Amino acid sequence: MARYLFSKFFYMLVSIFVLATVTFLLMKAIPGDPFMSEKAVPPEVQAKLMAQYGLDKPVMEQYGIYLNNIIHGNFGVSMKMQNQEVSKVVAESFKYSLRLGLVSIVVSVIIGVGLGMIAALKHRKLMDNVAMVLAVIGISVPSFVLASFMQYLLGVKWMVLPVAGLDGPLTYIMPVLAMSALSIAFIARLTRSSMLEVLSADYIKTARAKGLKNISILFKHVIRNGIIPVVTYLGPLTANVLTGSIVIEQIFGISGLGKIFVYVITNRDYPMIMGITLFYGIILMVARFLTDLSYGLIDPRIKLNAGKEG
Amino acid sequence: MTKRKSLLLILSLIVVLGTVLAGCGNSSKNESSTGTEQTGSGAETAVKKGGTFKMNLHAEPPTLDPALAQDNISGTVLNALYAGLADLDADGKPQPAAAESWDVSEDGKKITFHLRKDGKWSNGDPVTAHDFEYAWKHVLDPKAQPAAPYAYQLFYLKNAENYNAGKGDAASVGVKATDDYTLEVELANPTPYFISLTSFYTFLPVHKSAQTNPKWAADANTIISNGAFKMTAWQHNGSIELAKNENYFAQDKVNFDKVNLAMIDSSATELSMYQTNQLDYSGGPTGEIPSDQIPTLQKSMPDEFKIQPYASIYYYVFNNKAEPFDNAKIRKAFAMSIDRKQIVEKVTLGGQVPAYGFVTPGVMGENKQFREEHSDTELLSENVDEAKKLLAEGMAEKGYTKLPTITLIHNQGDGHKKVAQAITDMWKQNLGVDVKIESQEWGVFLKNRTNGNYQIARSGWGADYSDPMTFLDMWVTKAGNNDSFFSNAEYDKLINEAKATNDQKVRMDNFAKAEKILMGDNQAVLPIYYYTNVRLVKQNVKDVYIDFSGNVHFNNAYFTK
Repeated sequence: MARYLFSKFFYMLVSIFVLATVTFLLMKAIPGDPFMSEKAVPPEVQAKLMAQYGLDKPVMEQYGIYLNNIIHGNFGVSMKMQNQEVSKVVAESFKYSLRLGLVSIVVSVIIGVGLGMIAALKHRKLMDNVAMVLAVIGISVPSFVLASFMQYLLGVKWMVLPVAGLDGPLTYIMPVLAMSALSIAFIARLTRSSMLEVLSADYIKTARAKGLKNISILFKHVIRNGIIPVVTYLGPLTANVLTGSIVIEQIFGISGLGKIFVYVITNRDYPMIMGITLFYGIILMVARFLTDLSYGLIDPRIKLNAGKEG
Repeated sequence: MTKRKSLLLILSLIVVLGTVLAGCGNSSKNESSTGTEQTGSGAETAVKKGGTFKMNLHAEPPTLDPALAQDNISGTVLNALYAGLADLDADGKPQPAAAESWDVSEDGKKITFHLRKDGKWSNGDPVTAHDFEYAWKHVLDPKAQPAAPYAYQLFYLKNAENYNAGKGDAASVGVKATDDYTLEVELANPTPYFISLTSFYTFLPVHKSAQTNPKWAADANTIISNGAFKMTAWQHNGSIELAKNENYFAQDKVNFDKVNLAMIDSSATELSMYQTNQLDYSGGPTGEIPSDQIPTLQKSMPDEFKIQPYASIYYYVFNNKAEPFDNAKIRKAFAMSIDRKQIVEKVTLGGQVPAYGFVTPGVMGENKQFREEHSDTELLSENVDEAKKLLAEGMAEKGYTKLPTITLIHNQGDGHKKVAQAITDMWKQNLGVDVKIESQEWGVFLKNRTNGNYQIARSGWGADYSDPMTFLDMWVTKAGNNDSFFSNAEYDKLINEAKATNDQKVRMDNFAKAEKILMGDNQAVLPIYYYTNVRLVKQNVKDVYIDFSGNVHFNNAYFTK
């Protein structure tokens, strides 16, 4: 286990290093700088600004300084939002993305597993078809279409829900639904097929033959075995929720990390772009890692031994 | 397996980042705007004291330090927070604010401002002339961290440019508080519009606590202001909350108790919020109304929909040093062969005004607006036959039998693309010329344009101050913003003369002559339209107006009963 954790951690570090380097190079490859505007800044002022932020140094030197700062946990100060520290901005805005993300993960899992179970238990009946039609819709309609549609219908036309913001229980409904539609559909399909498989397995037949109650078979055996693919999906789901939130946050005017990410890229705010990219990277890797660990908890057959995992 | 997973993860992250980078258009709103107009008559309607005014800023203000501001989002907030020496009224005329009066010397190079004695900061401290002196010198300070990008707005002051370049000391700069309530200003050249400049954010005072806390402007708790409102909350990238400043000298004229400034960058969301009463004001210059919605909104809410021109121009710049536009006749032929009325009525739809000159309506001339005193119709006329003739002549002069390939570049954006398509169609139809269109990402585009790596490029310009100089001094030889590389000795001379005199008649005559050289004779650029500002204002909101640099003023606005 320790060896497994160690190697996992090592690869995470390598990944972060590669991520940091590639982001840095991409930043340098695109033209423009944080101080560009339609009205040209006088060259002396521009030069002064570049010097103050160390952008006049050779690229390799900038890269060295950048890496050194990261190692010391110093992500710098935004170049466009005056005097605002990158870590503070990330912390402040991630609060909103996190709340939105957690709620939509929970909602996706509950509704998704629920729908999947209903579909599996009522296999080839009306409920199964209804659940699967919903799932197809969820998978095929992009979240931003769903978001704009709901915003228009529920917000503007019927005025039952607030159209923007994230400051009350009601404001969560539309963004969460828009964000989790895809994952609900995906989870529902996963649950349905894996439950169908489990339901026809020999040990379930044995359990039935022993005269166990349906309900206890369901909770003791079927769900526990049928849910593994869903757990596997939680890692990608986290990634989905994080990257998907970029669009959703724009549409619903939520001041989360995704909304800021787009803004800082357009404005070439180098320290912010780096900070957020690394932060996303770390979050995604940690999510992966936790998913791997959770296999062991749910299915005792999977043992996390170094080199042989998966 | 793990290795492959992490690698995959990184790759996908890079792809996402790359896509975002590639897909990013120019969302920054760089063209500052101008213009003055009163929203409501306000005279007979009953004023309701109090209430919360809600509008959208579109994005986080890049800074709330007046020294560092250079955009109209910051400007709008700063306008509410601070009172400069003078303030612009709805007609664009400077009115006494923090200064109750001023005297201008005979030669126009010395101005003495007399500050009002009851001016106070939001924490109760008196506003003194020293606060102004400190603020202005801080903007110019060569060691300021970070350097003020708009420092050149203060280069009107004597020795300011030298000091900013590190070549002089602060004491030599032409601004001095002779006592707590007297500010003496010495100018390098006579500047008739200097009084109206003092309302501009770069000239606003800052509280002395700024001297000890360099990060004061990033947090609501440390922002001490002297204007109509004070800041009570600033949730970064979320919203800003302002409350009436009870220490403001003219607080009896401030009607709103609170102002809520949202930061929604999707124009569709902004419109939805307006329609559901989450906003009282939507649209330009800080916000935006989706252009495809304009015709519908104009019909469905005629009482709330407002269009007004403002001092900003949309134009194409010719690279005067690149073939085939190094020939004036060819430039003229291109400028004469498009139908601007068609463009504003069928393509842009925002009620824009066709432009034939370069100085926009809204900036002051000698007595009236410059454009009223000197019409732009003599500078350029649309005439296809004449254009064809000029093109043939120009081609003969250059010895062409066929024009070289021409490419038009614009920064990403649906609006820019539609205009470019319409114009290239007109060239094709009227001149038989094929012009390729290329859309470029904002940073790439700017770099190409400044470096002269283009033939025709989209451009926009808004007034920094209410004087034709703001549109004309950018075209002198080697000026920082002269992307056309137009160079004309006579033109340079006229502008330099205008800079050296206080005689408004001479100045305006020179501007008229210079504009004729720039547009009429040489057609260095191709004007398309004067911008308009499209916005929605709830019917119960009165007296919100926009000043020459596109800042929204709501300090004296009110709700009706």
